[in-house]
Amino acid sequence: MSAAANETVVVYRKRRNVELAMVLFAVALGLGGWALTNLNLYGTIPTDWPIVVAIWVALGVATHALVRWKLPYADPLLLPCVLLLNGLGLAMIHRIDQIPEPIRHDARTQLIWTVLGMVLFGLTVVFLGDHRRLQRFPYLLFLAGLALLLLPLVPGLGREQYGSRIWIRFLGYSFQPAEVAKIVLAIAFAAYLVEKREVLALAGWRFGGIGFPRMRDLGPIAIMWVASLAVLVYENDLGTSLLFFGLFVMMLYVATERVGWAILGVLLTLVGGWGAFTFAGHVRVRVSAWLHPFEDFDQNLQIISAQFGYAWGGLTGRGWGLGRPGLTPLAKSDFIAAAIGEELGILGLMAVIMVFALIIARGLRMALAAHDPFGKLLAAGLSFVFALQVFAIIGGVTRLLPLTGLTTPFMSQGGSSLIANWVIIAILLVISQMARRPVRTSTPADGDTGDQITVRADDLTQVIA
Amino acid sequence: MAELIAASLKLGFLALTWLFIAFAANVIRTDIWGRKVAATSPELASAGATPAPVKRKKRGALQRLVVTEGRQAGLRLPLDGVLQIGRSRDSTLVIDDDYASAQHAQVFEDSSGRWLIEDLHSTNGTYVNNVRIEAPTPVSATDEVRIGRTHIRLER
Repeated sequence: MSAAANETVVVYRKRRNVELAMVLFAVALGLGGWALTNLNLYGTIPTDWPIVVAIWVALGVATHALVRWKLPYADPLLLPCVLLLNGLGLAMIHRIDQIPEPIRHDARTQLIWTVLGMVLFGLTVVFLGDHRRLQRFPYLLFLAGLALLLLPLVPGLGREQYGSRIWIRFLGYSFQPAEVAKIVLAIAFAAYLVEKREVLALAGWRFGGIGFPRMRDLGPIAIMWVASLAVLVYENDLGTSLLFFGLFVMMLYVATERVGWAILGVLLTLVGGWGAFTFAGHVRVRVSAWLHPFEDFDQNLQIISAQFGYAWGGLTGRGWGLGRPGLTPLAKSDFIAAAIGEELGILGLMAVIMVFALIIARGLRMALAAHDPFGKLLAAGLSFVFALQVFAIIGGVTRLLPLTGLTTPFMSQGGSSLIANWVIIAILLVISQMARRPVRTSTPADGDTGDQITVRADDLTQVIA
Repeated sequence: MAELIAASLKLGFLALTWLFIAFAANVIRTDIWGRKVAATSPELASAGATPAPVKRKKRGALQRLVVTEGRQAGLRLPLDGVLQIGRSRDSTLVIDDDYASAQHAQVFEDSSGRWLIEDLHSTNGTYVNNVRIEAPTPVSATDEVRIGRTHIRLER
């Protein structure tokens, strides 16, 4: 085999320098938003600007260095996109801080949460190593996820705020356990479905060319449906409920390639939605605020001022610090997309949505590239739950959908969501490292014991040498 | 004048944000094509699941795979890289066993130096200490691996 010496194989590029350049660009845009806010409001940049610049650049470079060290083959785009969104979110929270008298310092708290999120990101990257470790305890994780989801219903621990009971209060800190449950349940579903997908895909009956599952395989989807309804009815939270049921149905569909599951999921959602519309008052309020916001000005003040904000912002926006996003209640958390739309215009909001889309597209790309079924399902599930959340909240704020009180990932004020999303990105990066690194496989030909090396790259990168 | 400056700064910021997206799109475009390396390149050996060849094996590390029962009892193979086991002619360990699948299982080393066996969706399954495995399972020198009628051990 003399050809073996000249043979070439194709591997993914590492692209860590590209990542560093993009990270610096993203960091600069976040700092630009902060500087423009101060320039437009006060005509000068605060004297502490070297500290602000140093902190944000250091955080960006530190996360990049960690990826360069532990995950040299990971996807180069995820980290810059996340840093851009996080930076824009911080800058916008800082901008809204300037509105009340005296000014607030919520951006500082949010920065501390960002650092915590990055620390957890680092710990996940360093200690996870191989995502297949997460596959071991599907049922335990499922129970833990359900418990977390329903934790706010425990009397004394749960706390009601803005009409929803999704917070827990513990040692003086409040936290949304559903954000952590999102990750835990995605892992549990992926591990469970990898084990059970043959049964769920093959057994069943057919009707009109579409395969439907057997009655006795309906247990898990029934449990998820009941849990989602419990969240909707007792925690008064439409968004969380939709998010978890959507996640489960979508992962079932991806695992089994069976349209019957998706149809069943949509039917169950319709039944649940109709029931909620009939029996739960807050759902009716949300739907009327969506369809006829101007009929009740006091009740729909939030959504109405968001619409006025978009209209006033127009194509290019008022500019950082020159709009009036403070008129919308909760502009920092649920309605941060409205503040972006007012000050950066539709062009700015579209750019933010594009960056979200880039993150989701790279996540789904990893699901395609991953070699093991668990990694595929987990990457698809995490990307989908991220996508559903962005769609539901930005769709709600722009009045495409009824408003659901979800956070805008990486942008909204709130620690639980920020931390959970950083961990999701860490898991996606670990999966991408496993998928993109070159793998050496020994395949000696007949009678030939010499090491011949082939590389498993996915079909898109394969070149026949 | 001040308004003009504010407006140009605003548009400049938006332009830069979209430039970021254009750069990202370009990264995705160039990411479609991989990079050619020689099959014998040391990068391949060091970057993948297997340690660099220059790295010395730790004392007490598993060295070889031994067939203890079955038609090929006594056969030994050095543990290196990924070992494919099956009836197919291009497996690293070609086992002559009617109860084995063509691509039956593979043995590989993880980043912490443990050796794992993974079943490649074989018909009759892979057993470690008489328990059918579902996921990659660590194997030590004391574990007995069974594929069909063939028994395998890893030795120091």
